[in-house]
Amino acid sequence: MRTAHEFWDILKSEGVTFFAGVPCSLLEGVINVGSADPTVTYIPAVREDVALGIASAAHLAGRRGGVLMQNSGLGNVVNGLTSFNLIYRIPVLMVVSWRGYGGKDAPEHLIMGEKTPDLLQTLGIPHAVLEADTLEEHLRWAVSTMEQHQIPVAVILRQSIVA
Amino acid sequence: MTRHEALKHILAPLSDGDLTLFTTGMISREAFNIRDRAENFYMIGSMGLLNALGLGLALQAPARKVWVIEGDGSALMSLGTLPLIATFRAHNLIHIVLDNEAYESTGGQPTISAEVDLAALAEAAGYERVWRVSDPASLQKALREAVDTTSLTFIRVKVSGRAPEGLGRVSLTPEQIKQRFAQALTQA
Repeated sequence: MRTAHEFWDILKSEGVTFFAGVPCSLLEGVINVGSADPTVTYIPAVREDVALGIASAAHLAGRRGGVLMQNSGLGNVVNGLTSFNLIYRIPVLMVVSWRGYGGKDAPEHLIMGEKTPDLLQTLGIPHAVLEADTLEEHLRWAVSTMEQHQIPVAVILRQSIVA
Repeated sequence: MTRHEALKHILAPLSDGDLTLFTTGMISREAFNIRDRAENFYMIGSMGLLNALGLGLALQAPARKVWVIEGDGSALMSLGTLPLIATFRAHNLIHIVLDNEAYESTGGQPTISAEVDLAALAEAAGYERVWRVSDPASLQKALREAVDTTSLTFIRVKVSGRAPEGLGRVSLTPEQIKQRFAQALTQA
């Protein structure tokens, strides 16, 4: 298990500090620590696609933006990804919590839980599942990949990896 | 006043450096044909996402005016973003809705904005200055005051008429739109 402070220290060292999102219980620590950090901007968006639109502005201003969201919100960002970010080539770091992982969760999370990696694959969004011992490596890979290809990249966060 | 006329009134007095964002469909096409400039961002898809991008840009570029210019269909699709913009007091954002009460690009099907007062929704959302205009003189007055004030402004413009015949599409690729906009924003 890694701390939310360690998580943010990595993102800040990569210059990703402008975030918008919709909460998830799995992201509670990450959002609370980010919101309290004066060097991080976190906008509590009303929907995940709204968060994507807000965060995308960072790239247009020469900076790096990210969204924090639950995997249930992937359904809400599909159109934004396909008809905005992917065609204009606007990178955003997507931090996606993984409810329904392993088929053990509340019923509303089971289908998206099973489909989450496949959906990102279908959309052409590079992604990695974060692990405690490879956190730095995967977050740095995500930022360098999104900058290299100029498209959004997702990191998927299971329970008990960052708290 | 037609939407084309309204757009001419909006675009003519823009200052260098003002960022102007246009929603998908006819509004982008008309703006492109009236006055194309590097600071114009044409959102060719993602209906309903423009005002969220506008909020992000207003926060990222606080020294710039950010003009969000969308239609009634686009605004109705993203009503939740109105109180979000108001909550963050994005004083450099000017929000204009060109309300023709129709989805014109898809054949003129009616929206619900003939029955729903979008300006009242903006007031309830927390916009500090809300204008309801339908003629050129009041539009010009609203635009002048919007530029001068630090109050978060929403201008609902009732417009009529269809886009001019033979109006060309935005001839830039999405990547070209992005690159020149980002360049204009970061290198000025």
